Amino acid sequence: MAENKTSARNMRLMGMLRKEMWQIIRDPSSIAIAFVMPVVLLFMFGYGVSLDAKDIPVGIAVEQADIVTQSLSDSFEQSEFFKPSYYHSIQQAQQALEERKIDGIVWLRSNFSQNLQAGKQAPIEIIINGVDSNQANITMGYIQGVWQSWLIQFSSSRGIALNLPVNLEQRVWFNSALNSRLFLVPGVIAVIMTMIGSLLTAMVVAREWERGTMEALMVTPLSMKEMLAGKLIPYFILGMGSMFISVALAVWWFGVPLRGSFWVMVLVSSLFMMVSLLIGLLISIISKNQFVAGQTAIAASFLPAFLLSGFLFDINSMPTIIQGITYLIPARYFVAQLQTLFLAGNVWPVILSNAFALMVMLVVLAYWVSSKSRKTLE
Amino acid sequence: MSKVILTLSQVNKTFDSQDYQVKAIDDMSFAVKTGKVTGLIGPDGAGKTTLMRLACGILTPDSGDFEVMGIDVTKEPLQVQSQIGYMPQRFGLYEDLTVQENLDLYADLQNVAKDKRQARYDELMHMTGMSPFTGRLAGKLSGGMKQKLGLACTLIRSPKLLLLDEPTVGVDPVSRRELWEIVYRQVQEQGMSVLLSTAYLDEAERCDEVVLLHEGKLIMQGDPKEFSQTVNGRVFQVTVENSKHRSLQQKLSQNPAVLDALIEGEGVRLVMTEQSEPKAEVLLPEMVKANRKINITAVAPRFEDAFIARLKNKENSKEHSIAKIQVSGSADDEVIRVEDLTRKFGDFTAVNKINFHVKRGEIFGLLGANGAGKSTAFRMLCGLLPVSSGKVAVAGMDLRVATASARRKIGYMAQKFSLYTDLSVKQNLKFFSSAYGLRKKAQQDRIDWALETFELQEYQDTNAGNLPLGYKQRLSFAAALMHEPEILFLDEPTSGVDPLARREFWQRTNALAEMGVTILVTTHFMDEANYCDRLVIMSKGKILASGTPLDMKNLARTESQPDPSMEDAFIYLIQEKEQPDGRE
Repeated sequence: MAENKTSARNMRLMGMLRKEMWQIIRDPSSIAIAFVMPVVLLFMFGYGVSLDAKDIPVGIAVEQADIVTQSLSDSFEQSEFFKPSYYHSIQQAQQALEERKIDGIVWLRSNFSQNLQAGKQAPIEIIINGVDSNQANITMGYIQGVWQSWLIQFSSSRGIALNLPVNLEQRVWFNSALNSRLFLVPGVIAVIMTMIGSLLTAMVVAREWERGTMEALMVTPLSMKEMLAGKLIPYFILGMGSMFISVALAVWWFGVPLRGSFWVMVLVSSLFMMVSLLIGLLISIISKNQFVAGQTAIAASFLPAFLLSGFLFDINSMPTIIQGITYLIPARYFVAQLQTLFLAGNVWPVILSNAFALMVMLVVLAYWVSSKSRKTLE
Repeated sequence: MSKVILTLSQVNKTFDSQDYQVKAIDDMSFAVKTGKVTGLIGPDGAGKTTLMRLACGILTPDSGDFEVMGIDVTKEPLQVQSQIGYMPQRFGLYEDLTVQENLDLYADLQNVAKDKRQARYDELMHMTGMSPFTGRLAGKLSGGMKQKLGLACTLIRSPKLLLLDEPTVGVDPVSRRELWEIVYRQVQEQGMSVLLSTAYLDEAERCDEVVLLHEGKLIMQGDPKEFSQTVNGRVFQVTVENSKHRSLQQKLSQNPAVLDALIEGEGVRLVMTEQSEPKAEVLLPEMVKANRKINITAVAPRFEDAFIARLKNKENSKEHSIAKIQVSGSADDEVIRVEDLTRKFGDFTAVNKINFHVKRGEIFGLLGANGAGKSTAFRMLCGLLPVSSGKVAVAGMDLRVATASARRKIGYMAQKFSLYTDLSVKQNLKFFSSAYGLRKKAQQDRIDWALETFELQEYQDTNAGNLPLGYKQRLSFAAALMHEPEILFLDEPTSGVDPLARREFWQRTNALAEMGVTILVTTHFMDEANYCDRLVIMSKGKILASGTPLDMKNLARTESQPDPSMEDAFIYLIQEKEQPDGRE
């Protein structure tokens, strides 16, 4: 009898899985979301978005050109961060800044070389377009860097020992080239998995309500657990499939190092995928309508994964209230895990603490979903 | 096996709507007999669907006991669900799965043993005539075939009780007959019990027993033939020589002794308020004076007569007249002309070289099952869809390029409710009238006219989305008439509307036609063809026949069928003119 029950249950579950598989295969949009979207997003963030400053257009206003100003200009010319253009007066340079041809001005007054050589104060004036404050800070820092290294070089070439009381020796860990792509790409993977887990799942379950197939399913011996399993399993596989594609692209195409264990990554991804799927199911059970489900999934999971997960914007620099909200965003924990696994390695305290947070979410969501999903139309 | 398969005792079910509570099932008690076909009959909102859903345990009653096969369905829904078959109104076919894959899915879900499946599949496919189409995607089947597949899916594991919620809505008459044959075969061969709901009153007569519901209450239960007998001696057929049946019907329905007057064939069918022999002098005094030949014969009552007699009361039986609309031009003008009209979607020809013309003041019908191409033809006429080839002229112009002032001559009522659900009745009317350029006094007059003519005063501040279905239809009709159009396009105006509301609708339409308004109407209700002056029957994008309703019926008139109905004519045409290639 018990065996009969199991085989009956398996038959129903297999029926659901087979049906779901056919639907996925025949629906180009789910294939596109699972396999084309990751590639598009990865390339977009891998190439299109860069948080690094390179070839910053900067104007150098030299009021009186001579060998000293020439050597300073050369330093800018040689730096990979700058693309300098030259002006003979500060007015010209200011106009260029207003027209947004350049992002900053280095102003060398006419008495610059004279004062420098006489050992007097020889100030450089720097004007930065502060519209994008982040970019302005970066530009400012780089200009100072160029100026400082030029000064050391200039002094030593004259045999003058430059007396700087404190010297900065910097070491950048994990992403030594400070290449933003290396931390963006792992973050994109989290966004992709959120999308498949929540958005796609929310839509396909809501579709069953909308097309009236849910009513017919409910009046079969299919239990709600089997129904949920029938949805979770195929989309879990789909999500993990696109995770593998993304990781492969990240490592082999974008050259992101995978310093941690691959299997640990599979494990934490599965955990995150389950959380994401349950959010999707919850949304669809509550909304029962594809349009609303789609909107809700975007607002409740996709956008937060983008904005509040720390993948693009640093959580620590957010206002305290927003920081508090980020604790409710599962992608936050997953992004931290992925960035650690890719760039730093198996740093257990980070991985385990974040995994614990995801576990708690999983349990809460599982309870919520099962209490919401009864076999009733009400 | 016990004699009763389903029992309700004092069941109540209430739904919360936005502003008010709806009592869907109101203290209802009855039992359904084993091994019979029981029909749930009632207008929209009577509680038929709620009752079905309660019976299969996907809704829970507020109070009362509901037993199915001796099991309390509220407590043990899964036990019930593993023994019944339920086909909801929109059956859950997966359109991106093939016929076979749909069957496999439902066989799996209902735990049909693998070794027993093939035989059952073969039987069901044979019975539904779908054997050649098992590899086709369900989404590509015609409406009738989808419905038959839905039924096949619910029958895979011969359920003890079969619940069918409006299984024949929008299905062509041929498929409808086939569906009924399948159902009766199950009852005879397997001893299955069937509970089905229907809005078609002619189907009620095919049931062993009917349960009549109205506004959540049980009106009566019994043999449909006995029920029809309740109006025995009150049903008559009236014909007057050389008289338009439309004006005849109008005259007759105004008579206080007449409860219901319905155009049927070449005459008018009357249901009298009480049992009495109607006299021509009383009913049609002017015609008697004019020495017209009047023929009044008693006819056998039908289910519909009894149904109407039961539900129609004095309050809602008042005349639904319509204020005058000025129409210029003579009655012989050709208002609509269609020549070789064709529309293709990819390599699918939805409308294939159709020809017809409509004269001023005519009611012209486009008849056909869902998917016959009626709506496509209609949309081309209204200028909503470009033609692939052929010519269309409405009031002498092509509506796709006509100016706004020319469009003022046209009124259009879409098949789906296309008013703003978040606006009140009054706001909707205001919007539609201003869209046609009505302002100030003229606009206010028109809105008042609409509220009064369509009896919408009571609901004028209700949001359109919360209106009862019949009122929604009235509002759509009113919106189409705000600018007093000369030509009216009505696309499936009575779809999903109960018999009482349908009568009301046709009364108003007839009145408009009498004023000279030209009306083009599509419908899948075959009996409504009788209201048309002329009509075409469409199938698969082609016109099978055109002419007056009488012409159509004459086609199907044989010795064995001396008085065919419109539906008989339709079936005859389909079978005669089409090769049996799957009836797509």
